Amino acid sequence: MSTSADRPRSRWRVAAALIVIGALYEGVARSGTFPAALLPTLPTVARAMADGIIDGSLPAHALSTLSRVLLGLAIGIGIGLPLGVLMGRYRPVENFVLPLAGALMPIPSLAWVPVFILWFGLGNAAAVAIVTYAALFPMLLNAWSGVRAVNPIWLRAGSAMGAGEHTLFWKVILPGSLPFLIIGLRQAFLRAWIAVVGAEMLAASDWGLGWVIFDAKEFLRADIMLAALAVIGLIGFAFERLVFGSLERATVLRWGMVRAQEP
Amino acid sequence: MPHIELRDVSLTYDTPSGRVAGVAGASFNVEQSEFVCLVGPSGCGKSTLLNIIAGFLLPTAGELRIGGKPVTGRDIDRGIVFQDFAQLFPWRTALSNVAFGLEMRGLRRPERERIALEQLRLVKLEKFAKAYPHHLSGGMQQRVAIARALAYDPAVLLMDEPFAALDALTRDDMQRLLAEVWHRSRKTVVYVTHNVAEAVYLADRVVVMSPHPGTVKCQLSISLPRPRDPLSVEFLACQKELLGHLTRPPEP
Amino acid sequence: MQRVVPAAALPRKAPTASAWRAVASTALPFIVVGGLWELAARLEMFPPRLFPSLATIAATMVRLTASGALPLHAAETLVRLLCGFLLAAGIGLLIGIAMGRWRLAEDLALPLVSMAAPIPGIAYAPLFLLWFGLGSASTVVLVGFVSSFPIILNTWMGVKAVKPVWLRSALAMGADNRRLFHKVILPAALPYILSGVRLGLAQAWRILVAVEMLAAVPWGLGWMIFGAREFLNTDVMLAGVAVIGGIGLALEKLVFKRLEEFTVVRWGMMT
Repeated sequence: MSTSADRPRSRWRVAAALIVIGALYEGVARSGTFPAALLPTLPTVARAMADGIIDGSLPAHALSTLSRVLLGLAIGIGIGLPLGVLMGRYRPVENFVLPLAGALMPIPSLAWVPVFILWFGLGNAAAVAIVTYAALFPMLLNAWSGVRAVNPIWLRAGSAMGAGEHTLFWKVILPGSLPFLIIGLRQAFLRAWIAVVGAEMLAASDWGLGWVIFDAKEFLRADIMLAALAVIGLIGFAFERLVFGSLERATVLRWGMVRAQEP
Repeated sequence: MPHIELRDVSLTYDTPSGRVAGVAGASFNVEQSEFVCLVGPSGCGKSTLLNIIAGFLLPTAGELRIGGKPVTGRDIDRGIVFQDFAQLFPWRTALSNVAFGLEMRGLRRPERERIALEQLRLVKLEKFAKAYPHHLSGGMQQRVAIARALAYDPAVLLMDEPFAALDALTRDDMQRLLAEVWHRSRKTVVYVTHNVAEAVYLADRVVVMSPHPGTVKCQLSISLPRPRDPLSVEFLACQKELLGHLTRPPEP
Repeated sequence: MQRVVPAAALPRKAPTASAWRAVASTALPFIVVGGLWELAARLEMFPPRLFPSLATIAATMVRLTASGALPLHAAETLVRLLCGFLLAAGIGLLIGIAMGRWRLAEDLALPLVSMAAPIPGIAYAPLFLLWFGLGSASTVVLVGFVSSFPIILNTWMGVKAVKPVWLRSALAMGADNRRLFHKVILPAALPYILSGVRLGLAQAWRILVAVEMLAAVPWGLGWMIFGAREFLNTDVMLAGVAVIGGIGLALEKLVFKRLEEFTVVRWGMMT
């Protein structure tokens, strides 16, 4: 169990660990055991990132990737969330959709890339379609679980106090299933992110961080690769902390429905 | 020589608002084969004292001796039963749980299993030796926990409100069983509870504690003949006396 | 959180009227969707090359199986999966346990793992290809690397989450540190470890298919599907996708369910 006294100390430990690891990497990179093109020194990577930012290419690629993710997420959630909720509420819907979902889920989203390329052509449409597919299932299943997990006591209390079906739905079921919905959003985002990078590499669409990494391979530019990887990691991290973290804090954490994770 | 001796034992905590005394200057003895109950309201430090005797906590002041020797930490001369029935290892059968202490002692399997089965017989659960804890009821799990704590023959048995989470009927059964088991094994027992009737039923002597800070208020000997009848006049008189001590304000 | 069990995976009772009804209701969605697909394909709403009928796909699957091509590709992929997964499990368990046991290991490894884990595994693929060249070996290493993360994290969490009451009981009964670790901490962490291993396998499967498509290695289901693009063989692709799905499902049901039933379910330890 960590107390508030532990946290600054653990931050020091983390910082120290990162410095040690960074130094080790630098050491190996500079020692010349591997060609500089394959294992670039940290300053080289930093310069590649700086160059990319200054000439505007890196932000453009990042934006392109992000827009695909967000679009695909929006569609995936737009289908998955309502459908999952319906599944949770109405048995016939669950009976129909669940077997289909069970059959499609084990198929990795990227396995569909060639099919989608043939159907939608190279470029944005295929990438967004893959992202939608990837985001759909986690959202669907979590929404379904969330609705089913609503404590029946809340429903009984609500109806005892005069709430009708409609009210119960919006004021009890939806807030009650929020922890699962947020998990679903998180997982959908993660899957979407993975899908978009893969789709960009395979669909060879000329734009996007995934494409940057793939293209850099042709020119043996490991420094660009690492820079792009860092950007991908940063965006993912930022989303996780800022978007989902604050969503959690404003709702389920505040209401005590979920315990905060130990850092 | 008393089996367990506490002399001026104190434990203070460091909290953000300063030092807080959990237990201050507790002194009492426990004789060989005696059944002593620590009784008091929440916050009186009885569980803390038990943990100190068990060796999980070190006192910040004072002395603790068991068998004449000062205590410096955990050792296998003490067995402990907690309140939480999930204290059993879920991945081991009842028999295997009970045999754990014997395993630590280095006994071979046939020997361990023989002794463990004996212990289960004592708590009347020999038929469930091969069952996993999650198939047993709360009362049964606590019985296995008692068997487990006794199996490797510790000199002292420490119990921290072991029956508090059970329903009243099961609790009565368990108290009767414990009294029987103690009578047979003649261990020295230190038993923490907040239940007055339970203390009068089980104890030879009751150490009454008061909170803020936790101190020993007084001690009361219970000399009723065993087995005790909780509905008899004498029993109720003892209960009244104990309750009186508990609720009376502490001497300045 | 409730476990999600597709209705199709529920155990079969003795055939009674209600059982037949259950089978029928599971099959219904597939019949409906299949029917719609077939209709769309036959009406040639899309070029038949791109939207083959179910009959065509089935025929292709038979053809490929008979010629030995499908089994060959599936076997290649499965072998790589096994190697990559075993590598991931080995590394993952070792690092996860080390992190749980020694503070130093946790301090060193956790920042790295937390930073690397959210990055999509496939993003590392070109880097690994650059470093280790093309070939089965580098594919296996990549798969091992990427799928080790869920295993590391879950193992670490499991080791740290052991209930204090178990530790105290064991210590009171004379367990020393080493035996405490083997006889209490590891079994107690098992539900988490299994969870991590399951996630790791799923992860390995997903990334393997993707890497095969990046044309890193010849043969394999991913390569087969990607290659079919050249000749617009959508029927081959869909047959491949179906096989991939089938294997994924089988892995889940046969391997993990069994493992769980034998351990954590038997001990009543499902998280």
